[in-house]
Amino acid sequence: MTADRVAEDLLRQLAPQVLGTLIRRYGNFDESEDAVQEALLAAAVQWRAEGIPDNPRSWLITVASRRLIDQWRSDDARRNREAVAAQEMPAVAPAADHRDQAASDDTLSLLFLCCHPELSQASQIALTLRAVGGLTTAQIARAFLVPESTMGQRISRAKQRLKASGARLDEGSRQLAPVLHVLYLIFNEGYTSSSGPSLGDSGLTSEAIRLTRTVRTLLPDDGEVTGLLALMLLTDARRAARSRQDGTLIPLADQDRARWDGEAIREGTELITHALATAPIGPYQLEAAIAAVHDEAARAADTDWRQILALYRMLESVKPSSVVRLNLAVAAAMVHGPRAGLNLLASLDADERMAGYHRLAAVRGHLLEMAGDHDAARASYLLAARSTTSLPEQRYLESRAARCSRESATPS
Amino acid sequence: MKYMLLIHNNQSVYESWSDDERQALFAEVMAIMAELKESGELITDMALADQSLARTVRVRDGAVTTTDGPFAEAKEQFAGFLAVDCETPERAIEIAARWPDAKYFAMEVRPIMHDGGADL
Repeated sequence: MTADRVAEDLLRQLAPQVLGTLIRRYGNFDESEDAVQEALLAAAVQWRAEGIPDNPRSWLITVASRRLIDQWRSDDARRNREAVAAQEMPAVAPAADHRDQAASDDTLSLLFLCCHPELSQASQIALTLRAVGGLTTAQIARAFLVPESTMGQRISRAKQRLKASGARLDEGSRQLAPVLHVLYLIFNEGYTSSSGPSLGDSGLTSEAIRLTRTVRTLLPDDGEVTGLLALMLLTDARRAARSRQDGTLIPLADQDRARWDGEAIREGTELITHALATAPIGPYQLEAAIAAVHDEAARAADTDWRQILALYRMLESVKPSSVVRLNLAVAAAMVHGPRAGLNLLASLDADERMAGYHRLAAVRGHLLEMAGDHDAARASYLLAARSTTSLPEQRYLESRAARCSRESATPS
Repeated sequence: MKYMLLIHNNQSVYESWSDDERQALFAEVMAIMAELKESGELITDMALADQSLARTVRVRDGAVTTTDGPFAEAKEQFAGFLAVDCETPERAIEIAARWPDAKYFAMEVRPIMHDGGADL
Protein backbone atom coordinates (compact mmCIF):
# COMPACT_ATOMS: atom_id res chain seq x y z
CA MET A 1 0.00 0.00 0.00
CA THR A 2 1.17 3.49 -0.76
CA ALA A 3 1.54 6.01 2.07
CA ASP A 4 -1.46 7.93 0.74
CA ARG A 5 -3.57 4.80 0.78
CA VAL A 6 -2.52 4.01 4.34
CA ALA A 7 -3.50 7.51 5.44
CA GLU A 8 -6.79 7.26 3.54
CA ASP A 9 -7.73 3.95 5.19
CA LEU A 10 -6.75 5.29 8.58
CA LEU A 11 -8.89 8.40 8.11
CA ARG A 12 -11.85 6.29 7.09
CA GLN A 13 -11.49 4.10 10.14
CA LEU A 14 -11.02 7.05 12.50
CA ALA A 15 -13.77 9.29 11.09
CA PRO A 16 -16.71 7.64 12.91
CA GLN A 17 -14.73 7.44 16.17
CA VAL A 18 -13.91 11.14 15.99
CA LEU A 19 -17.47 12.04 15.00
CA GLY A 20 -18.79 9.91 17.86
CA THR A 21 -16.49 11.66 20.32
CA LEU A 22 -17.50 15.13 19.12
CA ILE A 23 -21.21 14.37 19.26
CA ARG A 24 -20.79 12.95 22.75
CA ARG A 25 -19.00 16.09 23.90
CA TYR A 26 -20.85 18.81 22.07
CA GLY A 27 -24.19 17.23 21.24
CA ASN A 28 -24.82 18.67 17.80
CA PHE A 29 -24.78 16.13 14.97
CA ASP A 30 -24.69 18.57 12.03
CA GLU A 31 -22.03 20.90 13.38
CA SER A 32 -19.90 18.00 14.63
CA GLU A 33 -20.07 16.39 11.22
CA ASP A 34 -18.98 19.59 9.46
CA ALA A 35 -16.11 20.00 11.90
CA VAL A 36 -14.97 16.38 11.39
CA GLN A 37 -15.11 16.84 7.61
CA GLU A 38 -12.86 19.86 7.89
CA ALA A 39 -10.47 18.01 10.18
CA LEU A 40 -10.31 15.12 7.71
CA LEU A 41 -9.51 17.52 4.88
CA ALA A 42 -6.84 19.19 6.99
CA ALA A 43 -5.37 15.78 7.84
CA ALA A 44 -5.30 14.70 4.21
CA VAL A 45 -3.18 17.76 3.37
CA GLN A 46 -1.01 17.99 6.46
CA TRP A 47 -0.29 14.30 6.96
CA ARG A 48 0.82 14.01 3.37
CA ALA A 49 3.35 16.78 3.91
CA GLU A 50 4.47 15.95 7.44
CA GLY A 51 3.63 12.30 7.93
CA ILE A 52 1.01 10.69 10.16
CA PRO A 53 1.15 12.04 13.75
CA ASP A 54 1.85 9.73 16.69
CA ASN A 55 -1.73 9.74 17.84
CA PRO A 56 -3.83 10.43 14.74
CA ARG A 57 -7.11 10.09 16.61
CA SER A 58 -6.25 12.74 19.19
CA TRP A 59 -4.94 14.95 16.39
CA LEU A 60 -8.26 14.72 14.56
CA ILE A 61 -10.33 15.25 17.71
CA THR A 62 -8.30 18.32 18.65
CA VAL A 63 -8.50 19.84 15.16
CA ALA A 64 -12.20 19.04 14.78
CA SER A 65 -13.00 20.45 18.22
CA ARG A 66 -11.15 23.66 17.37
CA ARG A 67 -13.08 23.97 14.11
CA LEU A 68 -16.30 23.52 16.01
CA ILE A 69 -15.35 26.22 18.53
CA ASP A 70 -14.25 28.53 15.70
CA GLN A 71 -17.58 27.97 14.05
CA TRP A 72 -19.41 28.88 17.25
CA ARG A 73 -17.22 31.95 17.78
CA SER A 74 -18.01 33.27 14.34
CA ASP A 75 -21.68 32.78 14.95
CA ASP A 76 -23.09 35.62 17.01
CA ALA A 77 -26.38 33.90 17.70
CA ARG A 78 -24.56 31.15 19.44
CA ARG A 79 -22.35 33.33 21.56
CA ASN A 80 -23.77 31.99 24.79
CA ARG A 81 -22.67 28.52 24.08
CA GLU A 82 -19.12 29.58 23.45
CA ALA A 83 -18.34 29.91 27.13
CA VAL A 84 -19.65 26.45 27.84
CA ALA A 85 -17.83 24.95 24.92
CA ALA A 86 -14.57 26.66 25.77
CA GLN A 87 -14.73 25.14 29.21
CA GLU A 88 -15.32 21.71 27.81
CA MET A 89 -12.66 22.13 25.16
CA PRO A 90 -9.56 20.33 26.36
CA ALA A 91 -6.18 21.90 25.62
CA VAL A 92 -5.02 18.49 24.53
CA ALA A 93 -7.09 15.41 23.99
CA PRO A 94 -7.83 13.80 27.36
CA ALA A 95 -6.06 10.65 28.37
CA ALA A 96 -9.22 8.62 27.92
CA ASP A 97 -8.99 9.15 24.18
CA HIS A 98 -5.74 7.22 24.10
CA ARG A 99 -7.45 4.16 25.33
CA ASP A 100 -8.89 1.89 22.68
CA GLN A 101 -11.99 1.40 24.78
CA ALA A 102 -13.05 5.02 24.38
CA ALA A 103 -12.53 4.86 20.64
CA SER A 104 -14.59 1.68 20.37
CA ASP A 105 -17.37 3.03 22.52
CA ASP A 106 -17.69 6.14 20.41
CA THR A 107 -17.92 4.25 17.11
CA LEU A 108 -20.46 1.89 18.60
CA SER A 109 -22.43 4.71 20.21
CA LEU A 110 -22.54 6.53 16.89
CA LEU A 111 -23.96 3.38 15.28
CA PHE A 112 -26.60 3.09 17.99
CA LEU A 113 -27.52 6.73 17.42
CA CYS A 114 -27.74 6.34 13.61
CA CYS A 115 -29.98 3.28 14.04
CA HIS A 116 -32.11 4.93 16.73
CA PRO A 117 -35.63 3.42 16.81
CA GLU A 118 -37.05 6.93 16.48
CA LEU A 119 -35.82 7.04 12.85
CA SER A 120 -37.42 5.45 9.81
CA GLN A 121 -35.58 2.52 8.29
CA ALA A 122 -34.57 4.53 5.22
CA SER A 123 -33.16 7.24 7.48
CA GLN A 124 -31.28 4.75 9.63
CA ILE A 125 -29.63 3.29 6.55
CA ALA A 126 -28.77 6.66 5.02
CA LEU A 127 -27.39 8.10 8.25
CA THR A 128 -25.32 4.99 9.00
CA LEU A 129 -23.72 5.04 5.56
CA ARG A 130 -23.07 8.76 5.82
CA ALA A 131 -21.85 9.12 9.40
CA VAL A 132 -20.28 5.74 10.12
CA GLY A 133 -19.48 4.56 6.59
CA GLY A 134 -18.20 7.95 5.49
CA LEU A 135 -19.87 7.73 2.08
CA THR A 136 -20.91 10.95 0.36
CA THR A 137 -24.58 11.81 -0.04
CA ALA A 138 -24.11 11.46 -3.82
CA GLN A 139 -22.71 7.92 -3.43
CA ILE A 140 -25.58 6.85 -1.17
CA ALA A 141 -28.14 8.40 -3.53
CA ARG A 142 -26.64 6.52 -6.50
CA ALA A 143 -26.71 3.24 -4.60
CA PHE A 144 -30.40 3.64 -3.79
CA LEU A 145 -31.35 5.11 -7.18
CA VAL A 146 -32.81 8.33 -5.89
CA PRO A 147 -31.75 11.92 -6.68
CA GLU A 148 -29.01 13.38 -4.47
CA SER A 149 -31.42 16.04 -3.18
CA THR A 150 -33.83 13.34 -1.99
CA MET A 151 -31.08 11.51 -0.12
CA GLY A 152 -29.68 14.76 1.28
CA GLN A 153 -33.11 15.63 2.59
CA ARG A 154 -33.49 12.20 4.17
CA ILE A 155 -30.18 12.55 5.98
CA SER A 156 -30.82 16.06 7.25
CA ARG A 157 -34.29 15.11 8.37
CA ALA A 158 -32.89 12.15 10.27
CA LYS A 159 -30.49 14.46 12.10
CA GLN A 160 -33.29 16.90 12.89
CA ARG A 161 -35.39 14.10 14.23
CA LEU A 162 -32.61 12.87 16.49
CA LYS A 163 -32.20 16.41 17.77
CA ALA A 164 -35.92 16.82 18.36
CA SER A 165 -36.25 13.48 20.11
CA GLY A 166 -33.42 14.45 22.43
CA ALA A 167 -31.58 11.26 21.59
CA ARG A 168 -28.04 11.46 22.86
CA LEU A 169 -24.97 9.45 22.28
CA ASP A 170 -24.29 8.39 25.83
CA GLU A 171 -27.73 7.31 26.89
CA GLY A 172 -30.98 5.78 25.76
CA SER A 173 -31.31 2.73 23.64
CA ARG A 174 -28.08 0.96 23.04
CA GLN A 175 -29.83 -1.82 21.20
CA LEU A 176 -27.75 -4.00 18.96
CA ALA A 177 -30.63 -5.61 17.06
CA PRO A 178 -31.59 -2.50 15.01
CA VAL A 179 -27.92 -1.91 14.16
CA LEU A 180 -27.50 -5.46 12.87
CA HIS A 181 -30.74 -5.17 10.93
CA VAL A 182 -29.58 -1.96 9.24
CA LEU A 183 -26.25 -3.57 8.31
CA TYR A 184 -28.14 -6.58 6.96
CA LEU A 185 -30.40 -4.32 4.87
CA ILE A 186 -27.41 -2.42 3.47
CA PHE A 187 -25.81 -5.72 2.51
CA ASN A 188 -29.01 -6.99 0.93
CA GLU A 189 -29.51 -3.82 -1.07
CA GLY A 190 -26.04 -4.26 -2.55
CA TYR A 191 -26.32 -8.01 -3.05
CA THR A 192 -29.67 -7.98 -4.83
CA SER A 193 -28.90 -5.05 -7.13
CA SER A 194 -27.90 -6.29 -10.54
CA SER A 195 -26.21 -3.02 -11.39
CA GLY A 196 -23.32 -4.24 -9.27
CA PRO A 197 -20.99 -2.03 -7.33
CA SER A 198 -22.18 1.51 -7.80
CA LEU A 199 -19.85 3.18 -5.32
CA GLY A 200 -16.70 3.08 -7.41
CA ASP A 201 -14.46 0.29 -6.22
CA SER A 202 -16.56 -0.79 -3.25
CA GLY A 203 -20.24 -1.63 -3.42
CA LEU A 204 -22.81 -1.64 -0.67
CA THR A 205 -21.99 -5.28 0.08
CA SER A 206 -18.33 -4.47 0.76
CA GLU A 207 -19.40 -1.47 2.81
CA ALA A 208 -21.80 -3.59 4.89
CA ILE A 209 -19.10 -6.22 5.41
CA ARG A 210 -16.57 -3.55 6.41
CA LEU A 211 -18.97 -2.01 8.94
CA THR A 212 -19.94 -5.43 10.36
CA ARG A 213 -16.24 -6.27 10.73
CA THR A 214 -15.85 -3.06 12.71
CA VAL A 215 -18.75 -4.00 15.00
CA ARG A 216 -17.26 -7.46 15.45
CA THR A 217 -13.92 -5.96 16.46
CA LEU A 218 -15.81 -4.01 19.11
CA LEU A 219 -18.00 -6.93 20.24
CA PRO A 220 -15.94 -10.03 19.44
CA ASP A 221 -17.94 -12.33 21.74
CA ASP A 222 -21.40 -11.56 20.36
CA GLY A 223 -22.55 -14.61 18.42
CA GLU A 224 -25.08 -12.71 16.33
CA VAL A 225 -22.55 -10.11 15.18
CA THR A 226 -20.21 -12.91 14.13
CA GLY A 227 -23.15 -14.78 12.61
CA LEU A 228 -24.14 -11.75 10.54
CA LEU A 229 -20.58 -11.24 9.29
CA ALA A 230 -20.39 -14.93 8.37
CA LEU A 231 -23.76 -14.76 6.62
CA MET A 232 -22.61 -11.78 4.55
CA LEU A 233 -19.33 -13.43 3.56
CA LEU A 234 -20.96 -16.77 2.71
CA THR A 235 -23.66 -15.06 0.64
CA ASP A 236 -21.41 -12.53 -1.05
CA ALA A 237 -19.08 -15.40 -2.02
CA ARG A 238 -21.68 -16.42 -4.65
CA ARG A 239 -22.25 -12.96 -6.11
CA ALA A 240 -20.11 -13.36 -9.25
CA ALA A 241 -21.98 -16.55 -10.15
CA ARG A 242 -25.55 -15.44 -9.50
CA SER A 243 -26.24 -13.44 -12.68
CA ARG A 244 -25.23 -13.28 -16.31
CA GLN A 245 -23.80 -10.23 -18.05
CA ASP A 246 -27.28 -9.22 -19.21
CA GLY A 247 -28.61 -9.27 -15.64
CA THR A 248 -30.41 -12.62 -15.97
CA LEU A 249 -30.50 -14.39 -12.61
CA ILE A 250 -29.00 -17.87 -12.27
CA PRO A 251 -30.60 -20.09 -9.59
CA LEU A 252 -28.30 -21.56 -6.96
CA ALA A 253 -28.62 -25.06 -8.44
CA ASP A 254 -27.35 -23.89 -11.86
CA GLN A 255 -24.52 -21.64 -10.73
CA ASP A 256 -20.94 -22.27 -11.84
CA ARG A 257 -19.49 -23.05 -8.41
CA ALA A 258 -15.95 -22.55 -9.64
CA ARG A 259 -16.79 -18.86 -9.67
CA TRP A 260 -17.63 -18.80 -5.98
CA ASP A 261 -15.12 -16.98 -3.78
CA GLY A 262 -13.30 -19.74 -1.88
CA GLU A 263 -11.51 -17.35 0.45
CA ALA A 264 -14.79 -15.71 1.58
CA ILE A 265 -16.34 -19.18 2.07
CA ARG A 266 -13.36 -20.30 4.15
CA GLU A 267 -13.49 -17.21 6.38
CA GLY A 268 -17.29 -17.31 6.72
CA THR A 269 -17.30 -21.00 7.61
CA GLU A 270 -14.58 -20.49 10.20
CA LEU A 271 -16.50 -17.61 11.76
CA ILE A 272 -19.81 -19.43 11.96
CA THR A 273 -18.23 -22.61 13.30
CA HIS A 274 -16.61 -20.58 16.05
CA ALA A 275 -19.82 -18.66 16.88
CA LEU A 276 -21.99 -21.78 17.03
CA ALA A 277 -19.51 -23.41 19.39
CA THR A 278 -19.13 -20.49 21.75
CA ALA A 279 -22.23 -18.24 21.77
CA PRO A 280 -25.96 -18.60 22.40
CA ILE A 281 -27.72 -19.49 19.16
CA GLY A 282 -29.50 -16.78 17.14
CA PRO A 283 -31.17 -16.26 13.76
CA TYR A 284 -28.17 -14.73 11.95
CA GLN A 285 -26.01 -17.66 13.04
CA LEU A 286 -28.59 -20.14 11.78
CA GLU A 287 -28.89 -18.36 8.44
CA ALA A 288 -25.11 -18.31 8.16
CA ALA A 289 -24.98 -22.03 8.96
CA ILE A 290 -27.49 -22.69 6.16
CA ALA A 291 -25.44 -20.59 3.73
CA ALA A 292 -22.34 -22.55 4.78
CA VAL A 293 -24.03 -25.88 4.01
CA HIS A 294 -24.93 -24.61 0.51
CA ASP A 295 -21.43 -23.27 -0.04
CA GLU A 296 -19.64 -26.46 0.99
CA ALA A 297 -21.41 -28.56 -1.67
CA ALA A 298 -19.10 -29.01 -4.66
CA ARG A 299 -22.14 -29.71 -6.86
CA ALA A 300 -25.80 -28.79 -6.30
CA ALA A 301 -26.61 -32.51 -6.08
CA ASP A 302 -24.19 -32.85 -3.15
CA THR A 303 -26.13 -30.34 -1.03
CA ASP A 304 -26.91 -31.73 2.42
CA TRP A 305 -30.62 -30.88 2.42
CA ARG A 306 -31.28 -32.87 5.59
CA GLN A 307 -28.98 -30.57 7.50
CA ILE A 308 -30.55 -27.50 5.84
CA LEU A 309 -34.02 -28.74 6.78
CA ALA A 310 -32.93 -29.25 10.40
CA LEU A 311 -31.43 -25.75 10.47
CA TYR A 312 -34.61 -24.16 9.05
CA ARG A 313 -36.64 -26.01 11.70
CA MET A 314 -34.40 -24.48 14.35
CA LEU A 315 -34.68 -21.08 12.72
CA GLU A 316 -38.45 -21.39 12.71
CA SER A 317 -38.47 -22.11 16.42
CA VAL A 318 -36.08 -19.22 17.18
CA LYS A 319 -37.62 -16.63 14.85
CA PRO A 320 -40.73 -17.83 13.03
CA SER A 321 -41.72 -15.96 9.86
CA SER A 322 -43.49 -16.61 6.58
CA VAL A 323 -40.19 -16.35 4.70
CA VAL A 324 -38.62 -19.01 6.91
CA ARG A 325 -41.68 -21.22 6.35
CA LEU A 326 -41.23 -20.82 2.58
CA ASN A 327 -37.59 -21.87 2.74
CA LEU A 328 -38.50 -24.72 5.06
CA ALA A 329 -40.98 -25.93 2.43
CA VAL A 330 -38.24 -25.99 -0.23
CA ALA A 331 -35.89 -27.93 2.07
CA ALA A 332 -38.68 -30.36 3.02
CA ALA A 333 -39.40 -30.94 -0.67
CA MET A 334 -35.74 -31.69 -1.34
CA VAL A 335 -35.62 -34.24 1.51
CA HIS A 336 -39.11 -35.78 1.53
CA GLY A 337 -40.40 -34.98 -1.96
CA PRO A 338 -42.45 -32.12 -3.46
CA ARG A 339 -45.75 -33.07 -1.79
CA ALA A 340 -44.22 -32.56 1.69
CA GLY A 341 -43.17 -29.07 0.61
CA LEU A 342 -46.55 -28.27 -0.94
CA ASN A 343 -48.31 -29.30 2.27
CA LEU A 344 -46.18 -26.84 4.22
CA LEU A 345 -47.06 -24.09 1.73
CA ALA A 346 -50.76 -24.71 2.30
CA SER A 347 -50.31 -23.42 5.85
CA LEU A 348 -49.26 -20.05 4.40
CA ASP A 349 -52.35 -19.59 2.23
CA ALA A 350 -54.41 -18.54 5.24
CA ASP A 351 -51.97 -15.70 5.95
CA GLU A 352 -53.43 -12.58 4.34
CA ARG A 353 -50.09 -10.81 4.21
CA MET A 354 -48.80 -13.59 1.97
CA ALA A 355 -51.64 -13.29 -0.52
CA GLY A 356 -49.86 -11.06 -3.02
CA TYR A 357 -46.37 -12.24 -2.17
CA HIS A 358 -44.69 -13.41 -5.36
CA ARG A 359 -42.24 -15.74 -3.62
CA LEU A 360 -45.04 -17.94 -2.32
CA ALA A 361 -46.32 -18.41 -5.87
CA ALA A 362 -42.78 -18.87 -7.20
CA VAL A 363 -41.94 -21.58 -4.66
CA ARG A 364 -45.28 -23.29 -5.29
CA GLY A 365 -44.54 -23.27 -9.03
CA HIS A 366 -41.15 -24.82 -8.38
CA LEU A 367 -42.57 -27.59 -6.17
CA LEU A 368 -45.44 -28.30 -8.58
CA GLU A 369 -42.91 -28.58 -11.40
CA MET A 370 -40.92 -31.05 -9.26
CA ALA A 371 -44.14 -33.00 -8.76
CA GLY A 372 -44.68 -33.13 -12.54
CA ASP A 373 -47.84 -31.00 -12.49
CA HIS A 374 -46.77 -28.70 -15.31
CA ASP A 375 -50.09 -26.95 -15.91
CA ALA A 376 -50.47 -25.92 -12.27
CA ALA A 377 -46.77 -25.04 -12.10
CA ARG A 378 -47.14 -22.76 -15.10
CA ALA A 379 -50.11 -20.97 -13.54
CA SER A 380 -48.16 -20.44 -10.31
CA TYR A 381 -45.08 -19.14 -12.13
CA LEU A 382 -47.21 -16.68 -14.12
CA LEU A 383 -48.95 -15.48 -10.96
CA ALA A 384 -45.52 -14.96 -9.37
CA ALA A 385 -44.25 -13.14 -12.49
CA ARG A 386 -47.17 -10.72 -12.34
CA SER A 387 -46.71 -10.12 -8.62
CA THR A 388 -43.00 -9.33 -8.48
CA THR A 389 -41.54 -5.83 -8.89
CA SER A 390 -38.13 -7.19 -9.86
CA LEU A 391 -37.46 -7.25 -13.62
CA PRO A 392 -34.85 -10.06 -13.52
CA GLU A 393 -37.11 -12.20 -11.33
CA GLN A 394 -40.02 -11.55 -13.68
CA ARG A 395 -37.96 -12.61 -16.70
CA TYR A 396 -36.84 -15.75 -14.88
CA LEU A 397 -40.37 -16.69 -13.78
CA GLU A 398 -41.78 -16.14 -17.27
CA SER A 399 -39.14 -18.40 -18.77
CA ARG A 400 -39.91 -21.10 -16.18
CA ALA A 401 -43.60 -20.81 -17.10
CA ALA A 402 -42.75 -21.17 -20.79
CA ARG A 403 -40.71 -24.29 -19.99
CA CYS A 404 -43.71 -25.79 -18.19
CA SER A 405 -45.89 -25.13 -21.27
CA ARG A 406 -43.41 -27.08 -23.42
CA GLU A 407 -43.26 -29.92 -20.86
CA SER A 408 -47.03 -30.28 -20.70
CA ALA A 409 -47.27 -30.13 -24.51
CA THR A 410 -44.93 -33.13 -24.86
CA PRO A 411 -46.48 -36.01 -22.90
CA SER A 412 -43.86 -38.24 -21.35
CA MET B 1 -40.38 0.89 -2.02
CA LYS B 2 -40.78 3.03 -5.08
CA TYR B 3 -44.21 3.90 -6.43
CA MET B 4 -45.56 5.89 -9.34
CA LEU B 5 -48.64 7.91 -8.45
CA LEU B 6 -50.46 8.48 -11.72
CA ILE B 7 -52.72 11.49 -11.85
CA HIS B 8 -55.92 11.08 -13.84
CA ASN B 9 -58.24 14.03 -14.38
CA ASN B 10 -60.41 15.97 -16.78
CA GLN B 11 -58.84 19.37 -17.35
CA SER B 12 -62.04 20.85 -18.78
CA VAL B 13 -63.73 20.46 -15.38
CA TYR B 14 -61.07 22.59 -13.75
CA GLU B 15 -61.48 25.19 -16.51
CA SER B 16 -65.00 25.83 -15.29
CA TRP B 17 -63.75 26.61 -11.79
CA SER B 18 -63.32 30.12 -10.39
CA ASP B 19 -59.83 31.58 -9.99
CA ASP B 20 -60.06 31.22 -6.23
CA GLU B 21 -60.99 27.59 -6.46
CA ARG B 22 -58.09 26.94 -8.81
CA GLN B 23 -55.70 28.82 -6.51
CA ALA B 24 -56.85 26.69 -3.60
CA LEU B 25 -56.16 23.56 -5.65
CA PHE B 26 -52.65 24.74 -6.54
CA ALA B 27 -52.00 25.57 -2.90
CA GLU B 28 -52.91 22.02 -1.90
CA VAL B 29 -50.56 20.63 -4.54
CA MET B 30 -47.73 22.93 -3.48
CA ALA B 31 -48.17 21.91 0.16
CA ILE B 32 -47.92 18.19 -0.60
CA MET B 33 -44.96 18.70 -2.90
CA ALA B 34 -43.14 20.69 -0.22
CA GLU B 35 -43.84 17.97 2.33
CA LEU B 36 -42.61 15.18 0.04
CA LYS B 37 -39.43 17.09 -0.78
CA GLU B 38 -38.80 17.79 2.86
CA SER B 39 -39.37 14.19 3.92
CA GLY B 40 -36.95 12.81 1.33
CA GLU B 41 -39.68 10.73 -0.32
CA LEU B 42 -40.03 12.53 -3.65
CA ILE B 43 -37.97 11.04 -6.46
CA THR B 44 -39.38 13.09 -9.32
CA ASP B 45 -42.59 14.56 -10.67
CA MET B 46 -43.83 15.65 -14.07
CA ALA B 47 -46.95 17.24 -15.42
CA LEU B 48 -48.11 16.56 -18.95
CA ALA B 49 -49.23 19.24 -21.41
CA ASP B 50 -52.89 19.30 -22.41
CA GLN B 51 -54.20 16.30 -24.30
CA SER B 52 -54.92 18.56 -27.31
CA LEU B 53 -51.13 18.64 -27.78
CA ALA B 54 -50.81 14.84 -27.71
CA ARG B 55 -50.05 12.84 -30.84
CA THR B 56 -50.56 9.11 -30.98
CA VAL B 57 -48.11 7.12 -33.06
CA ARG B 58 -48.72 3.70 -34.62
CA VAL B 59 -46.63 1.54 -36.90
CA ARG B 60 -48.50 -0.94 -39.09
CA ASP B 61 -46.71 -3.00 -41.73
CA GLY B 62 -43.73 -0.72 -41.28
CA ALA B 63 -45.74 2.43 -42.01
CA VAL B 64 -45.91 5.17 -39.38
CA THR B 65 -49.22 6.94 -38.86
CA THR B 66 -49.87 9.69 -36.36
CA THR B 67 -53.20 10.96 -35.13
CA ASP B 68 -53.97 14.01 -33.01
CA GLY B 69 -55.05 13.39 -29.45
CA PRO B 70 -54.27 10.83 -26.75
CA PHE B 71 -54.28 7.04 -27.13
CA ALA B 72 -57.09 6.33 -24.69
CA GLU B 73 -60.46 7.73 -25.71
CA ALA B 74 -61.81 8.81 -22.36
CA LYS B 75 -62.86 12.00 -20.65
CA GLU B 76 -60.38 11.34 -17.87
CA GLN B 77 -56.83 11.44 -19.07
CA PHE B 78 -53.39 10.71 -17.67
CA ALA B 79 -52.19 14.17 -16.65
CA GLY B 80 -48.89 13.63 -14.86
CA PHE B 81 -47.18 11.65 -12.14
CA LEU B 82 -45.17 11.70 -8.95
CA ALA B 83 -42.56 9.07 -8.26
CA VAL B 84 -42.05 8.50 -4.55
CA ASP B 85 -39.88 6.25 -2.42
CA CYS B 86 -41.71 5.46 0.80
CA GLU B 87 -41.57 3.01 3.66
CA THR B 88 -44.88 1.22 3.09
CA PRO B 89 -47.55 0.75 0.42
CA GLU B 90 -49.99 2.34 2.88
CA ARG B 91 -47.94 5.53 2.85
CA ALA B 92 -48.10 5.66 -0.98
CA ILE B 93 -51.89 5.33 -0.78
CA GLU B 94 -52.02 8.05 1.85
CA ILE B 95 -50.10 10.46 -0.40
CA ALA B 96 -52.35 9.63 -3.34
CA ALA B 97 -55.45 10.20 -1.22
CA ARG B 98 -54.27 13.67 -0.30
CA TRP B 99 -53.57 14.69 -3.91
CA PRO B 100 -56.55 16.90 -4.89
CA ASP B 101 -57.35 15.06 -8.13
CA ALA B 102 -58.27 12.03 -6.00
CA LYS B 103 -61.30 13.98 -4.75
CA TYR B 104 -62.69 14.72 -8.22
CA PHE B 105 -61.18 12.01 -10.41
CA ALA B 106 -58.67 9.32 -9.44
CA MET B 107 -55.09 8.58 -8.58
CA GLU B 108 -53.51 5.30 -9.55
CA VAL B 109 -50.74 3.85 -7.34
CA ARG B 110 -48.39 1.44 -9.10
CA PRO B 111 -45.17 -0.13 -7.79
CA ILE B 112 -42.12 0.66 -9.93
CA MET B 113 -40.11 -2.29 -11.23
CA HIS B 114 -36.45 -2.52 -10.25
CA ASP B 115 -33.36 -4.28 -11.58
CA GLY B 116 -32.46 -6.13 -8.41
CA GLY B 117 -33.26 -9.76 -7.76
CA ALA B 118 -33.23 -11.99 -4.70
CA ASP B 119 -31.59 -15.41 -4.70
CA LEU B 120 -33.60 -18.05 -6.50
